[in-house]
Amino acid sequence: MLPFSFEWIWDPSHLVFHGGLWYALTIIGLGVTYCVIKAVFDSIKDKGGQQH
Amino acid sequence: MDSALIPKGVKRCPIWQFALWIGANGAVLAWGAFAMLLIYIKGLNQTNMNNAYGFALWIWADLAVIALGGGAFFTGFLRYIVGKDEIKNIINFAVLIGVICYTSALLILGFDVGQPLRGWFIFWHANVHSMLTEVAFCLSAYLIVLIIEYVPVALENRQVDKIPFFHKLGHNMHEVMAVFAATGVFLSFFHQGSLGGVPGVLFARPFGFREGVFIWPWTFFLFTWSAAAVGPCFTIFITKLTEKITRKKLVKDNVIELLAKISGWMILFYIIAKIADTLYWASVTAPSKGFTFLQFYSDNPGSWYGLWILILEIGICGVLPALILITDKGRKNQASLILAVFLAVLGVALNRWVMVLQVLAIPVLSFESWAMYFPSWQEIATTILPVAYGVIMISASYRYLPIFPQERELNPMDEPAPEAQAVEPEPETTEAGPEPELSPAES
Repeated sequence: MLPFSFEWIWDPSHLVFHGGLWYALTIIGLGVTYCVIKAVFDSIKDKGGQQH
Repeated sequence: MDSALIPKGVKRCPIWQFALWIGANGAVLAWGAFAMLLIYIKGLNQTNMNNAYGFALWIWADLAVIALGGGAFFTGFLRYIVGKDEIKNIINFAVLIGVICYTSALLILGFDVGQPLRGWFIFWHANVHSMLTEVAFCLSAYLIVLIIEYVPVALENRQVDKIPFFHKLGHNMHEVMAVFAATGVFLSFFHQGSLGGVPGVLFARPFGFREGVFIWPWTFFLFTWSAAAVGPCFTIFITKLTEKITRKKLVKDNVIELLAKISGWMILFYIIAKIADTLYWASVTAPSKGFTFLQFYSDNPGSWYGLWILILEIGICGVLPALILITDKGRKNQASLILAVFLAVLGVALNRWVMVLQVLAIPVLSFESWAMYFPSWQEIATTILPVAYGVIMISASYRYLPIFPQERELNPMDEPAPEAQAVEPEPETTEAGPEPELSPAES
């Protein structure tokens, strides 16, 4: 549930529960994105090195 | 035939033997899948659940596999947060067991929900006052973490690792694994705890009800603690079982002994807390709700829930394994080590059984009698299904992935296997090729 959902209430329970979920999912998402992007750049860099 | 996929420097059984093994387990899996289809097509009338048993065999299996899968988060905690370096030699296997346990838990929950297509409701229409919402949130997020932890191991497959992008990806994921592991510990603490919190807040069921701190009953902490303590025992038990089946030593004794020692002390402190909790509940909490301690353990058909169950759970499967595992002699002797980890695993499974099923069996109103339950074959088949799935996952991972980093060192091959010679030679590492760095597991 996101704050724009009609069921959302600005109370501690919603903030703690959903805040915890978003916090965890954000860390997981950022971590995986970082790994994938870095792997793409590293692979391109290696390919470039191969050509010269 | 598949030798190009098998890790270098290790020996595996012929493909026909592997196929037979997978086929036998596949038959069990198919039986479970048939029962699963019956449940999905015909509904929950295929089970023996009723008004007394809204929670039954599936929820016990869920709680048990989640506790046993706790080895993944606790070994991750020891490896990445505490910095116990030796654990790196068993963490791949602990993660694999975690993935199996948690995918099984979610699969079983899929049956139990009855309408799995509405599974997403719990995320979008969440009841933020329910312990089970917290469980659903953390369980799903933690499964994602476990899969992320398993991906680098899968990427280490000989053929996959040749692709530079996957090689780099696996390496990068290992570099930031501490962040994922810490997130996993956070998520595990809460979902393990909330599973314990569910019986603890049932004030109308005095067998499960406990006092506690703020909104958390004592069972919240006992469940988290027991999962962290016994999870590594399950990892050790499955490792020993795998060694027995493969007739190979796969992990060095010092690694197993370290994990067993930590687990032993964790179980000891857990069981002291559990005894204190039981004494307080029996002498204060239950009487305050109008029950005597012995009412929970007497007058039930066949003495299914006699005092024996408490003695077995706390004494034989709690105190005894703890005492074995904290002693040097107990850990070094293979027979006592295996006995201790087996008893600990049995103890935590029994604890979950009691907290799910005995809670519901005990009459709480004067006109009620004990409600007994035996699962239908469909429930049993769908509960065995994850076991077959786990065996297949472990077998395939063991065959094709370097799941045990010490295997090559512990089982040196005198001469190259004929199959390995047929495989095209590995390209030599040049400046232009992938960096001659350590493999992710080594790094």
